[in-house]
This record gives sequence, C-alpha cells and structure tokens, in this order.
Amino acid sequence: MTTTLTIALSKGRILKETLPLLADADIRPSVDITNSRKLLFETNHPHIQLLVIRATDVPTYVAHGAADIGVAGKDVLLEHGSAGLYEPLDLNICRCRLMTCAMVGARLGNQRPRVATKFVNITRRYFSKQSRQVDIIKLYGAMELAPIMGLADQIVDIVDTGNTLRANGMEPLETIANISARMVVGGTAMKLKHARIQPVMDSLTAAVSQRQHNN
Amino acid sequence: MKQTDHWLLPDGIEEILPPTAGHIEQLRRKLLNVYYSWGYELVMPPLIEYLESLLTGTGNDLDLETFKVIDQVSGRLMGIRSDITPQVARIDAHSLNNHSIARLCYSNTVLHTTATHPLGSRTPLQIGAELFGHSGFASDFEVICLMLESIQQAAVKHPITLDMGHVVIYQGIIEAAQLEPMQAQELLPLMQAKAVTDIAELLKRFDLEPSVRDMLLTLPQLHGGIDVFARARQDLAAAPTKVAAGINALEKLAQALAIRFPTVKQYFDLAELRGYQYHTGVVFAALTPAFSQPLGKGGRYDNIGQVFGCARPATGFSADLKVLVKLSELETESTCWIQLPDLKGLTTEQQQILWQREAELRGTGARLIAYMPGQSESSLQQQCDQKLVWCDAGWHLAPL
Repeated sequence: MTTTLTIALSKGRILKETLPLLADADIRPSVDITNSRKLLFETNHPHIQLLVIRATDVPTYVAHGAADIGVAGKDVLLEHGSAGLYEPLDLNICRCRLMTCAMVGARLGNQRPRVATKFVNITRRYFSKQSRQVDIIKLYGAMELAPIMGLADQIVDIVDTGNTLRANGMEPLETIANISARMVVGGTAMKLKHARIQPVMDSLTAAVSQRQHNN
Repeated sequence: MKQTDHWLLPDGIEEILPPTAGHIEQLRRKLLNVYYSWGYELVMPPLIEYLESLLTGTGNDLDLETFKVIDQVSGRLMGIRSDITPQVARIDAHSLNNHSIARLCYSNTVLHTTATHPLGSRTPLQIGAELFGHSGFASDFEVICLMLESIQQAAVKHPITLDMGHVVIYQGIIEAAQLEPMQAQELLPLMQAKAVTDIAELLKRFDLEPSVRDMLLTLPQLHGGIDVFARARQDLAAAPTKVAAGINALEKLAQALAIRFPTVKQYFDLAELRGYQYHTGVVFAALTPAFSQPLGKGGRYDNIGQVFGCARPATGFSADLKVLVKLSELETESTCWIQLPDLKGLTTEQQQILWQREAELRGTGARLIAYMPGQSESSLQQQCDQKLVWCDAGWHLAPL
C-alpha cells in the first residue's frame, strides 16, 4: 500500500455505468477504457489509478489490499462475502433484483426441489432461512435452460427487465435481495489512506445524490 | 495421496526454516523479557481443553474457528485453542483468583479451522499480555504502550498507525434508541460495514426519535484524525452521558500516547465494533501499509471472568510473532563460528583443557562445531571463521 489510490472496477455492464459516475466525481481515465486491452489505467489525478477486473475478483483485490476501493455488485458481495470490507456507498446504478424463478405456473411440490444458480451461498442461506431443504446445482450461465431441460425445478438469478425469463416461458417468484452496485473500501486502506479516500467518497456521494435529485 | 505428495502441507499450515525460525524465537524471548520487565508473569495455558471453557466469555465468537475432538476418557468434546486470551481470562478468574492487579503474558501456537484473513496462517504464533483488576485510563494506557513497545522491539520497518475506538459510544446510542434485540441484530453488521445507505433504509422501518436516528446515521462517518472528537461532540450531543465519557476517555488516551509515541500516527473510528459481543471499552489495533491486517490488536473486556467465578476488569492485546518477524528488520545477532579440532591423536590432558575452553567460549555466545569423521574440511570451513589450535599448553583461537 503506497500513497497511490487504486480503484478496482467490475468489467461489463457495471463498468459502463460506473465510468460516467466517476466522471461526475471528476475521476477520468486517461484513455478510453472500453476500447483498451490494458487492465491498469492512469487518471486525471496522478495519485488515482483504476483496475478493470472480473466482478467476482473485486472483493478479493480489496480484501488483500491490492486495491483500496472497489466497485462491485451487491450480488457479488453477498455471494463471496465482504468480511473485512467497508461498504459505505450505494452507487445506485445497475439496479436489479436477485430472485427465484420457475416455469410459468410451476410450483414446488413436497419433494426436495432442485435449484440451479451461480449464487450457491446466497441460495443455500435463503432456502435454509425459509426452512426449505433444496438441492443446489451450480451453473455458470444460461440458468433459464435448466428448468426447460428438466435439470432443475427453479433457478436463482438476477432479474432486470424479466425479458429473458418471459422469452423462455418462465416467471419471477420471490425477491431474495435488491441489488445495486456498491463502493467498497478495504478495512486497512480506510484507516491508513483516510485522507485520500474521504475526498473520493465525498465526491462520489455528491455525484450519486445529484443524479437522484435529477431523476 | 500419491507417495510423491507426502511432503505436501495443508492450506494455511507452514513449516518455518532457518534463519526465520531463529528470528522468531529470538523475538519471542526478547518480547517475553520485555513483558517480564514490565511486571507481567508468564502463563502456559493448555493446548486443548473442554470446549465450553474455550468458547465462554471472550471466546463466544470462536466456535467456527475452533477444531474439536472427542475426549476418549470422558466422552466430552474438547477444543484445540484458537485464541489464548479466553484461557488467560479463565486462569485469572479461577486458578489465580487474585483480587488485586494481575499482569499475565503468554506465547504459543493457536490453531484456526480457517485462516482469519486472506493468505493468513491457520497456526499463528500468538504472543500477548493481559492486565486484570483495573478499569480506566492507567490500564488502557499501559496495555497500548506495551503493544506499541512490542512492535518497536520487533523493529518493524514500516510506519505504524494506531487505530482506536470505544464500544461504549455505539452502546450508548443503541440504548437511547431502545431497539428490540432483533432490530439491534439487524443493525450491527451494517454498522460494522459502515453501510450508510443500508443503515438509512433499515432505520426507516424503525420507530425512532429523529435525534437518535441522526446519531445512528452520523456514527459510521465519525472516523479519521484527531478532529473527529470535535465533530463527535457536536453530532452526538444528544446522546446519553456515557457516550461523551467514551469520547473523553479516547481523547485523553490519544493525547498521552501521542506524547509517548510521537512517530506513531493515530486514527480514530468511533463506530469500530470489532468483537462487539465481548469488548466493553477502548479497542485498538496497530496497522502498517505493508500488511492488510492489524499487526497487533486488543481492547477492554471487563467482567468476562464472571462465568469462571470472578468478574474483573480486564484489558490486553495480542500479536502474531510470524507476522511481526515477516515485517521486521531484526537480524540474527552476529556470532563467531569456531571449528573444533579432531579429537583423534589428542592426549587426555589436551582433551580436558579443550572441553574447558569450549564451555568458556560457548558461554560468550560463540558457536563451536565439531568435525565429523568423513566430513570434507572445506564444508566446515565455509561455516566457520576461526579454529582452535594447541599452542603453549593451551587452546587458542586462530583465523581459518
């Protein structure tokens, strides 16, 4: 940990929505991140650099102190744990819901249902809180296929517009959690680089409230 | 496991080789001597004991951390210690049953089911000190000083920041909020994560006085340098008096520590809730930019000994010797290596004088190595810089 402030950003959709928010907070990468193969970017502030990594790696980088601040979806934080991380700001972007879904009209019977998901830990916790015993099948993508092909009775997945579900004859059932992108800060980084982190937190907080105000 | 894998160690379990093992032992002795010189008595709690004793008091959070085995004699469940502090608290409360001040220190290996932090060891070599029988500035100050002194003795080569908090501040506000136990349980992890947005959402569901709600929303933001005390007095003005007392106590400690350790930076987090279930006062940790976890940490845990028969004020700290050595600049003390002569061909008198001379030199800290038959002279010469030669009816040192 040096006096440079490293911000780890999640690749993909979160990145596209994070960059304008960072720009509102006056943090701009020196090159166009979306068109670059680089993974580490300088910014208009000499002491701030950006990392672009897989969403699931963000908590790991921040927990190890390899990055000071991270932007990660609440789904990733719930699934992979956020021990030792502070979660001071909801960036209010990439809002969606983590839900249980099934084929239209299908209901769980008395048998032990099979649930396909990539959020194994969240799913286990959710059903056990409901006192329901389920078998969990870990998949890495295209969850909707699992009930269609008879691999699972339900799925647990992120639901945004619900279009993919409908296109595959499925419907959302119960909401497990409301999801949005969060700013996370490493426990030790927060204490040792407080003077550097606080202004970034303040300007991002201002940018988020400004957007809420405009909406 | 294939035969070729027999050397493989489990995750988070390591063997320590020379010279690191030597450095760790050197530091262990050095620190125990420091604690001795501060009046702390060494205790050696057992490696394993009945689970209930390990998981009571400060050990409440340690259930998942603790390896368990069945005692073949009694049929009861035993635990291998994952923290020595609860054992020392039990020793103070039950075995010593002392009603005056007790100062105890310890150093030994503990075992964790999973590493407590990324890349952490599952067998930390814990060293620490606990002070029982006094509650207030004097004991808090002594224990924090001793932790910082330990880090200085370890010659940690990086700048140190002292992180301090006081759990009474949160406790006081929670009492004012009169939350149901379930509500308090929901709020605690959010407060620990400083999840301001989620706290605001949660508080909307609770029926709270506006002033208390504002304090709960402000608290996670009350962290930073010494200026935090002025902000806290303003923002938490409506809190019960114990909150103001907590802030004053923390500030007084900070001022005294700044004078004694001027090079140690200070950071305050008034919402620090590490070990909230058993800490009762000032909590502290030493941090360095070179390591993502605290180098040493501790805090007050008054009256924990009640379950063992004696409620006493208590505070203490602990550190992992392996981590301290990894970050330290301690060098092995330079010693001279001396090659002993081959005994073959020596008279009995020469041998007797040699043994006396050997004992004398070893007493000064020199390392004397005997020649092993069949050993090549050159391999011994690589280690040694001097040898003993017979001259004038005595053994004398000569350069190799």
